[in-house]
Amino acid sequence: MIKAEEKRLSDLALKARILILNMLARAGSGHTGGSLSVVEILTYLYFHKMRHKVEDPAWPDRDRLILSKGHAAPALYAALSMCGYFPRSELFKLRRLAGSLQGHPDVRRTTGVEATTGSLGQGLSIANGIALGLRLSGNSSRVYAILGDGELQEGQVWEAAMSASHYRLRNVVAFVDANGLQIDGRVEDVMGLEPLTDKWKAFGWNVQEIDGHDFGQLDEAVQRAENRRDGGPNAIVARTTKGKGVSFMEGKASYHGVAPTMDELRRAMDELGGEILIEVKS
Amino acid sequence: MGLSDLCAGKKRTGLRDVYAETLIELAETNDDIVVLDADLSQSTRTARFGAKFPDRFFNMGISEQDMIGTAAGLALAGKVPFASTFAIFEAGRAWEQIRLALCLSQLPVKLVSSHGGITVGEDGPTHHCTEDAALMRVLPNMTVVFPADACEMRGVIVESMSMSGPLYVRGSREKFPDLNCPDTKFQIGKARVLRDGSDIAIIACGLMVDFSLQAAEMLKQEGLEARIINMSTLKPIDQEATVAAARETGLVLTVEEHSIIGGLGSAVCEVLSEHCPTTVKRMGVPDQFCASGTPCELLEMCGLTPKNIRKTAFEMLSGGRRPFATRKARSPSSKEEALSHNI
Repeated sequence: MIKAEEKRLSDLALKARILILNMLARAGSGHTGGSLSVVEILTYLYFHKMRHKVEDPAWPDRDRLILSKGHAAPALYAALSMCGYFPRSELFKLRRLAGSLQGHPDVRRTTGVEATTGSLGQGLSIANGIALGLRLSGNSSRVYAILGDGELQEGQVWEAAMSASHYRLRNVVAFVDANGLQIDGRVEDVMGLEPLTDKWKAFGWNVQEIDGHDFGQLDEAVQRAENRRDGGPNAIVARTTKGKGVSFMEGKASYHGVAPTMDELRRAMDELGGEILIEVKS
Repeated sequence: MGLSDLCAGKKRTGLRDVYAETLIELAETNDDIVVLDADLSQSTRTARFGAKFPDRFFNMGISEQDMIGTAAGLALAGKVPFASTFAIFEAGRAWEQIRLALCLSQLPVKLVSSHGGITVGEDGPTHHCTEDAALMRVLPNMTVVFPADACEMRGVIVESMSMSGPLYVRGSREKFPDLNCPDTKFQIGKARVLRDGSDIAIIACGLMVDFSLQAAEMLKQEGLEARIINMSTLKPIDQEATVAAARETGLVLTVEEHSIIGGLGSAVCEVLSEHCPTTVKRMGVPDQFCASGTPCELLEMCGLTPKNIRKTAFEMLSGGRRPFATRKARSPSSKEEALSHNI
């Protein structure tokens, strides 16, 4: 990836983080840590890789993104609004009855969302189904799924891993946002997953392990995955940092399921050089 | 005694056989139909579809949760998925996947189970599914149909093609007696009155429709007229037919091959308690697990036989408790006479 493109994507990622933190602080609840860890993956996909049309969200030839780790919805919403699928003001109605943005992605309520997710473990099966359907229709669109590492503790993920491999779903790329933390602590302490890449390999997937905050590595890995001639699905284990970008949130499980307070938002914006976009609650 | 004895020797047809035939027939002209199964395709008969349309058949292995998610994805990609396995695994094992990926997502995926109820028999309580109506009925956007015979199975599959939301259909391992359905077209959400009568209304679904018709025949010998309502759609239930039955007969008996909790009986009570409080008696599988046995033995054990339906109806009529409902004019003398002679 050329430097200028990397710079453009980095700027977009920063903007996304600013929006995510603001919308979460406004909502007063939500999942901060896992939204921040997935920002580069989403930015890369929506602003560099995927074919999609804001003016025609149902365009049959679009690439699809399934956010299986649905609790990172704020990151998805930030990307979608930055693309123009809905106005930025909608972000600040996150989790509000008056808004369209649910606590977890909802295909029926939010333009640009491809599948309802949030109960963990279901997204890869849905991605596989879409991929099978596209293949049946002779459509060469790609399906990207993003899973959390803690999410891989769900048995259904491995059922789906078997299916994608069995049906040779070349058009599926699964990212694991491996930030190493889940609600109750370190993934390895709660229910160990390592050796993670070996697990995917054993299920018949091509696997690459990268730094999930590095656009160059993301691009290389996806290119390599999609240029393979030997077929089969592709997994990219993206090592990431939970709470990425905000020093006092980084690597802390305690920021999994809580929104920043106004004070924390202020401190975060100071670090990121971002603006507070919401009204300060008295 | 075999099931054919309980069915009075009537011709019986496999719901699952007709399911597969209908799918194949529809798929000849509809390229979007796809079928998924979870390693029970011989039993559910979807293997027949697979043999005919191998590219549109996906055996997902023994993984029902993944099957539901994959079906959801296929629907999102514009396909018309049918997903089949045994009722207990379909409605039970994958319930939360059905809830999120199909119902909340409002996707037109058709779940057509086989091996519902206790007539699964010898495989035992691990494989009996007596909870599927309850599990599916509670889900918003879900439609729930328990066909009473092969003709209705065909009807629901054909009609499902125009549905925009999810559907659950309960099939059976056992062949069901042909009801020689009336000329009226099968319609999801429409009850069918198979026999008119004003002394009591028997509302049934599935195999119990035929048994109730037999019970009605016995009651007729005793001078009692039972109205038999085939309520194949449990959700959305036909409120109008339910209320009319209660209002015009004053006594309602429900019969189903399902737990007495959460199924047809409950659905009828929900309607009547709000719109026409009436004495309702629910026949079904008691709130307990069955055991391995022949289908007939298990039906007998749960009291789900034509004779016992007749007996229960008779007892209700003899009890004469109909404190709330307004009955239409009838001829009490003939009924009371009949009761006094036959207790």
